[in-house]
Amino acid sequence: MFVINCPYCGEREQSEFKAGGEAHIVRPKQPTELSDDQWAEYLFMRKNIKGVQFERWVHTHGCRKWFNMVRDTSNDEIKAVYKMGEKPPTK
Amino acid sequence: MTKNLRVKTSKFIDETYKISFKFNGKTYYGFKGDTLASALLANDIHLVGRSFKYHRPRGIMSAGSEEPNAIVQLHNNSSRTEPNVRATEIEIYEGLEATSQNCWPSVNFDIGGINNFLSPILPAGFYYKTFMWPASFWEKYEYFIRKSAGLGKSPTEADPDVYEHKYIHCDVLIIGAGISGIMAAKTSAKNGFKTLLVDEKHYLGGSTIYQNSDHYKINNQVSSSWLEKEINEIKKIENLEIKTRTSVAAFHGYNFLLARENLTDHLPVDQRNNKTRQRLLKIRAKKVITATGSLERPLIFNNNDRPGILLCSAINKYANLFGVACGEKNILFTNNDTAYETAINLFNKGINVEAIIDNREEIDSKLIKDAEKYNIKIYKGYTVVNTSGYKRINKVSIMQLSKDGQKVVGSKTSIACDCLGISGGWTPAVHLFTQSGGKLKFRDEDQVFIPDIYPSDQISIGSCNGDFTLDEILVDLPKTLKKFLNLKITDYENLEVKSSFNKSKRNIWLLPSDKAIGKTKSFVDYQNDATAKDIKLALREGFRSIEHVKRYTTTGMGTDQGKLGNMHALGIISETSNSKMGELGTTTFRPPYTPLTFGTIVGRNVGEYFDVFRKTPIHDWHVQNKAKFENVGQWKRAWYYPKDNESMHDAVQRESKAARDSAGILDASTLGKIDIQGTDASEFLNRVYTNAWSKLAIGKCRYGLMLNEDGMVYDDGVTTRLDENHYIMTTTTGGAATVLGKLEDYLQTEWPELDVYLTSVTDHYATISVCGPNSKKIVSRVIPDLDLSDENFPHMSFKNTKIDKIKCRVMRISFTGEHSYEINIQANYGKSVWEKCMEAGKEFNITPYGTETMHLLRAEKGFIIVGQDTDATVTPIDLQMDWIVSKKKYDFIGKRSLYRSDTIRDDRKQLVGLLTENPDEVLEEGAQIVADINKSPVEMLGHVTSSYYSPNLNKSIALGVVKGGKKMMGQRLIVPMENKKINVIVADPVFLDKENKRLNA
Ligand SMILES: [Zn+2]
Repeated sequence: MFVINCPYCGEREQSEFKAGGEAHIVRPKQPTELSDDQWAEYLFMRKNIKGVQFERWVHTHGCRKWFNMVRDTSNDEIKAVYKMGEKPPTK
Repeated sequence: MTKNLRVKTSKFIDETYKISFKFNGKTYYGFKGDTLASALLANDIHLVGRSFKYHRPRGIMSAGSEEPNAIVQLHNNSSRTEPNVRATEIEIYEGLEATSQNCWPSVNFDIGGINNFLSPILPAGFYYKTFMWPASFWEKYEYFIRKSAGLGKSPTEADPDVYEHKYIHCDVLIIGAGISGIMAAKTSAKNGFKTLLVDEKHYLGGSTIYQNSDHYKINNQVSSSWLEKEINEIKKIENLEIKTRTSVAAFHGYNFLLARENLTDHLPVDQRNNKTRQRLLKIRAKKVITATGSLERPLIFNNNDRPGILLCSAINKYANLFGVACGEKNILFTNNDTAYETAINLFNKGINVEAIIDNREEIDSKLIKDAEKYNIKIYKGYTVVNTSGYKRINKVSIMQLSKDGQKVVGSKTSIACDCLGISGGWTPAVHLFTQSGGKLKFRDEDQVFIPDIYPSDQISIGSCNGDFTLDEILVDLPKTLKKFLNLKITDYENLEVKSSFNKSKRNIWLLPSDKAIGKTKSFVDYQNDATAKDIKLALREGFRSIEHVKRYTTTGMGTDQGKLGNMHALGIISETSNSKMGELGTTTFRPPYTPLTFGTIVGRNVGEYFDVFRKTPIHDWHVQNKAKFENVGQWKRAWYYPKDNESMHDAVQRESKAARDSAGILDASTLGKIDIQGTDASEFLNRVYTNAWSKLAIGKCRYGLMLNEDGMVYDDGVTTRLDENHYIMTTTTGGAATVLGKLEDYLQTEWPELDVYLTSVTDHYATISVCGPNSKKIVSRVIPDLDLSDENFPHMSFKNTKIDKIKCRVMRISFTGEHSYEINIQANYGKSVWEKCMEAGKEFNITPYGTETMHLLRAEKGFIIVGQDTDATVTPIDLQMDWIVSKKKYDFIGKRSLYRSDTIRDDRKQLVGLLTENPDEVLEEGAQIVADINKSPVEMLGHVTSSYYSPNLNKSIALGVVKGGKKMMGQRLIVPMENKKINVIVADPVFLDKENKRLNA
């Protein structure tokens, strides 16, 4: 069980959080203009990387805020956490 | 007559405190300080159990938690009996009763022992190979396998003991209180770190504390005396907490560890009352120092499993710590210096050592020279090729090893004995390190795996790090601690250390015998009876991966996880397959390190505390009125209210009829309620519901359907506009939390520009629904000031009002199709308002109804229940609810998915009504629906989702999903049951009052 540094609350146990899948997938602004394939790409296609992955998390049993995390899925090392709308760290 | 093998007094044993205990029904005596194993050995008992597969007699092998054989059943009583207890760990107490496991009828005569003679037909993978075919025979095989297998019995009554969980946060956790752990604890605590030191044993000091020989000295004192002073010092340090009888079960990532603290298992049963038995510690440590020591390896040779064969270190510990001789005629068999240390210690205790058999040729070692002074016969370059003695070893046969160690040469010599000590060198206890994600490296010179890459802020010290000799440990440790804890100096600079141990070892994984391997039984895993032969067979049959060989041969799969023999299994695999040890990898050691009781795992979460449950403010009234409850999510909801001896069916029929004939009342407090405010609240609702919300007038209510982005129905409920920028949304009972979560997700991540705030107010309000033709009269008595005329208060509208000065919200909405009102009031007034309604409705026979009647009434009207009539593969179009999907809105959650090639198919499963040809026949929910029963295979068209007998229509009604059902109106389909076929006609899902006349009645 890892410790997550919520950008709003600070360090808390993982059990207070929920993972929300891959980060930085933006809901299309004009869905009706997309082909089935384009819409399916948004709707279904997600990466599952062994290594550094950008993820969404929510502090369910805390501030209820969503935020982003950079995590190495091979060893659960959390490289960074940052608020929604902020740019992902480059390194 | 049993012998007394107690030797010179040990200071760890209190010989003035005699304890009686029973083993296999017979009474024996031991002393305070004994484990069950040491007390049995003192009574000359070695045979304690039978092995798992061959039922071979087995004795005590070790003196610690790595014990594979001496596992017993503790019989305190039928609720406290415990299987799989290691005799080497349990401290004896007055009245202890233990029996052998895995033997029938007794450990001395065991029927399963015949397997031993049948062993040529019980090879590796025997169970897989033999019991596969024919498949129909499995039930018969299983009966016999289960009868002859099985490790111990579980209690038959509830556990009366109390267990608890505790969180601990510390700067430094030290696992293991041997010499390294003690030195680390003192260094850490004295430098201001909040330190926790744990050890699985009841004493501190590890194996050094009973080390009495002059061969090991620190600053010119015998190592145990030096260490004793250190221990006395650390007990006085304030920020150091010491927990004994505490074993770390799991080492997870981010330095999160689980440990079990044993609090009462060593006490007589009558002294345990009302005390917590075991405590699960959840430890979060900034830094972890692992000092778990090392485990002595056995040697793998023919018949190496007889009672009376023990590890050398165990014989040493029984003599030095417990004052017990394991035998009178001892032979030691070794490939390193450990046996000499044991021999000298035994000699000093007056215990006879007949001979030492050493794999090695001439070695220059001080220990060997000293042993030679005691006139112990030493066979250099020899190996044991066989042993004899069925229930106790009585003889070893030895032969000389060839130069390469792969064969034996010369003639065979036999030596009589009653105890054989074996030592194959030492294996660092890296189990916890690997659990934490640490990577090992293989050290060729002494064939051990040692920690290499640490995944968190932790370090391994002492022999678990591969530092086996006292001088290595004491010279390296100060440096290591200074670096790890960032210190300038420790108390241990420039210690003077004397250590006589020579590290040389002649490692032969599988020792040769004069017999062919097929004729030998060289056990690698004692508990699971896996032999070297089995491993070789697995390799011959094509298994290559360590993990596969392990499962096929069951090596390392017992309750001891193969702590003793796993290295040999790896060694034999690498030798046989010509691969390198370091490249083979290792099997995974999974938590827990030693087994945990279920009690420890669940802690206080038992009985009524097993799971949380939620009660409505009106709950007590339902209880008083004999309601039956059903679980909906975490809620306890009134299900139905049986009168006298009514069956559920009768109660539901009565309640349903009363609600339509006069008046019914339902506790709807569990419905999720989300308060929505902000200048963009209307826009937000437009985006999350399928229908349009901008034009909803203040004071009006509207039903809404919510989809997932994939177009499937997610939740539904009525939302009311309380004010310009203020709505209250209701959700399904089960969906309340997830709907709020989903709305927050969109609001925070996709539409942060919207000015909207969401608050869950589910628990703040009690919700009472009064329905039926007389509901208006009843509500007018409860709230006389409220104008209930259709003009002032029409269907789908809401009013702010007061009941006895208490503000409340009343909605005129209906889930039954009847004229009805929903009163929402501050939760703590819920019960009194409910009682007011009951009083006001008395003359109208107001009838409380539960969830079952609610379901029946809404089914008569064809209203869906999300999660019952839908299952995350159903679109609103499938539900024939096209009317609620806005064509005008540019976008809402799930809209685009309603036009995917898959969702526009017209042969999707669609919601329809179903009427049975025989109106008295009620369908089973979940039953399959087919058209052509003769087709093979029969095509499943769909299934029944809701089904009831309607007392208001006097016939059976059902809802179901059927492929292309929309176009099947009036068609006959079949619901095949186990012993009959039921004919049904596809119908309109609205069975009652299609014109909605009753809403305004
Ligand atoms: Zn937070």
